[in-house]
Amino acid sequence: MTKRSDIRAAVERGLSRRRRRDRLVRRLGLGAILLGLGFLAFMFFSIIGMGYSAFWQTRIQLPVELDPAAIDPERTHDPAVLRNADYAGLIKQALRKRFPQIKKRKEKRKLYQLVSSGAAYALQAMVLQNPALIGSTPGLWLTANDDVDVWFKHPETSGKRLNDQQKAWLEELHAKGELKKFFNLDFFRNGDSREPEQAGILGALMGSFYTILVTLGLSLPLGIAAAVYLEEFAPKNRWTDFIEVNINNLAAVPSIVFGLLGLAVFINFFGLPRSAPLVGGLVLTLMTLPTIIIASRAALKSVPPSIREAALGVGASRMQTLFHHVLPLAMPGMLTGTIIGMAQALGETAPLLMIGMVAFIVDVPRGILDPATVLPVQIHLWADSPERAFLEKTAAAIMVLLAFLVLMNLAAIWLRRKFEKRW
Amino acid sequence: MGMVSGDCRRLHSLPRYYGYYVAMLTALPAILLLALWISLDQSLITHLVMASLPQSMQPLPPSEQSLLINDIRNLATGNITSGEISPALQAAADHYRHLMHLSRLLLPTALFLLAIGGIALGLKVIHPDRRARPAVERVIRWGLILSASIAILTTLGIVLSVLFEALRFFQKVPLADFLFGLEWSPQIAIREDQVGASGAFGVIPLFAGTLLIATIALSVAVPIGLLSAIYLAEFATPRVRTWVKPLLEILAGIPTVVYGFFAALVVAPLVRAAGESIGLEVSSESALAAGLVMGIMLIPFISSLSDDVINAVPGAMWDGSLAMGATHAETIFRVIVPAALPGIVGGVLLAASRAIGETMIVVMAAGVGANLTANPLESVTTITVQIVTLLVGDQEFDSPKTLAAFALGLVLFIATLLLNVLALYVVRRYREAYD
Repeated sequence: MTKRSDIRAAVERGLSRRRRRDRLVRRLGLGAILLGLGFLAFMFFSIIGMGYSAFWQTRIQLPVELDPAAIDPERTHDPAVLRNADYAGLIKQALRKRFPQIKKRKEKRKLYQLVSSGAAYALQAMVLQNPALIGSTPGLWLTANDDVDVWFKHPETSGKRLNDQQKAWLEELHAKGELKKFFNLDFFRNGDSREPEQAGILGALMGSFYTILVTLGLSLPLGIAAAVYLEEFAPKNRWTDFIEVNINNLAAVPSIVFGLLGLAVFINFFGLPRSAPLVGGLVLTLMTLPTIIIASRAALKSVPPSIREAALGVGASRMQTLFHHVLPLAMPGMLTGTIIGMAQALGETAPLLMIGMVAFIVDVPRGILDPATVLPVQIHLWADSPERAFLEKTAAAIMVLLAFLVLMNLAAIWLRRKFEKRW
Repeated sequence: MGMVSGDCRRLHSLPRYYGYYVAMLTALPAILLLALWISLDQSLITHLVMASLPQSMQPLPPSEQSLLINDIRNLATGNITSGEISPALQAAADHYRHLMHLSRLLLPTALFLLAIGGIALGLKVIHPDRRARPAVERVIRWGLILSASIAILTTLGIVLSVLFEALRFFQKVPLADFLFGLEWSPQIAIREDQVGASGAFGVIPLFAGTLLIATIALSVAVPIGLLSAIYLAEFATPRVRTWVKPLLEILAGIPTVVYGFFAALVVAPLVRAAGESIGLEVSSESALAAGLVMGIMLIPFISSLSDDVINAVPGAMWDGSLAMGATHAETIFRVIVPAALPGIVGGVLLAASRAIGETMIVVMAAGVGANLTANPLESVTTITVQIVTLLVGDQEFDSPKTLAAFALGLVLFIATLLLNVLALYVVRRYREAYD
């Protein structure tokens, strides 16, 4: 009896310590998860906090006199004449009229800096579209310069690039309701630009679109065909083993190495154009193929053998079994894998840097051979820009990219839920 | 159908297979020809044009030759040329234009003839006993085999292209200098005779920088990832698990360029401010910031893989340990983790291979100057950063500077491959069978 109670006492002595340690481990685990999720939340909030303001754009209201003598002295209404008129001069004139007290040349130059250099092009486009406006004096909302934009959005943290006089003018405009924020349509409508207030993501979006189009068009059929062969037809021998090991290793090769491959093979050897979505798509195809093949094989594996045996039993050939029964059943799984692969490809940057998709490109690409850049590369380029105004653009572009990725992943989850079958 | 007067039973295959058969005969040779033509006509024409050049211009070094070809091409298409237009050049350009024109004209004709020939042949050979279906299926099968081989071709392409360029690099810079040199400054003078014309290509500082950042990343990711996995697998209720696991995996789905932005513009200033507040000098491109953020990125790799292997440990071991009176923590650290260790080690190795191959975070948040140091507060550079800096922008393809990038790529490829193979080996070799 004594012996047993001794043991019991010994165990109980250590028990509180052991329980404490148990609680400690549990708390550490919870802490680790919270830390991970905290990072995630912190990242999201800091990016949204930096980027949301890019969806608004500061504009200045100015009555611009569309003087017929300056635009179209001979009243020809010829687009060529209208295109070559000095719209920047008209805006400067309007600014001088708005602030008649400014006389000094240096101050005038400071005044002109308030309005974006892109405003003249907007005015030109407006007049070209509607020549009847010539002669009137419409009150136009002109895009402000990026320094004004940044100052107006964050007056307390910035403003070193504007002097006190400029700020005073802006205060005056603001007090009279002539300085306002509008939804920034230019951000979705323009290509890249050196002027932050005119820079938009359309060029990068279209570049991404074409690149992903090429990637999808190549990697979906190739990936599925490869998976079908390996899963349904391949004999088990050294060669297929070798292919399998290869695919698994390719999935873990750093993406930048694929960029080197693209540079050496597609650009140097085959002489395809640099910076083209075609080459980008080819490189990303090679990169996403392993993902798609692995997912497609898993989907094919999940189709029960009874289906194959039944089809073969009623006299279908192996190809007929495959195309009529197995593939349709495995398709949702394959598509899920493909969407996830495409999401990866959409966010990929490093290999595209190698093949020259980092060039500064203003024009929106119109095909797979035009020089283009893609959204992640655009983010990288903007993040490197010294102008403060590009910071919010970068964050906003990240928000757009993440929105696309979230949509694609939701689509994949929806597809999986909708068509998931348990056999 | 007419041949068997509507009686399908007398056909060998279903009617549409005969259609597929003819379509295949029509399209396949034409497509092959098209591919061949497009890949060959440029080089063939260039070759012909070069051969037709006067003897005086024949023996040229490759670089001048390519310049000449460019001139001819530009002249032929009406662009601006770089040098004087000599009559020989003009003649060559005319010749070039003529050949191009001929090629454009010939191609559709040839394709059309081939297609017609295919149709004719197809229609001729079709009769009820023709085994159309097996023939069609054989072609499809070859298509599938071809697709499966693309993976091999890719690997082969990577190895060959990187190896080939790297070998050219090692002809210019000795292998020993590359592997054991302590200095990395790839700037090369433009003229050959300039002072300090050859840069230094010692890769040790890059290794050191890569390892430093990867170590920081892993020392963030391994504890957090492992503890999360343990919590999720053993303590969390199923409800929490279904929510938290996908949330953590979001971290793996975020593009690396976003992490790079976050590291460079949010974390690096924070680290700097924190360092300064305790009186430390921190570089604005410190290895610490890049490593920290990379660690966050790697958390889900470790947590997912560890979670899987922990779940693969049979429940009987867990139950047995608890029944003996062990606490949860004791069960985990003395029973479950040792049993799952090979899988966990494999996961860590895979994460390490990710860490050294990761590019965008370090490109945006780490420095470009090679710096041999173990101080995480200083700026270091990595292999991937150097590849990007060497190759972005216009470059001459023959200079050691460009070729160095391929040598670095080779090193990177071999290193990650070894880590992956090692990870697979560890998982396979030391996995205990519990079935």
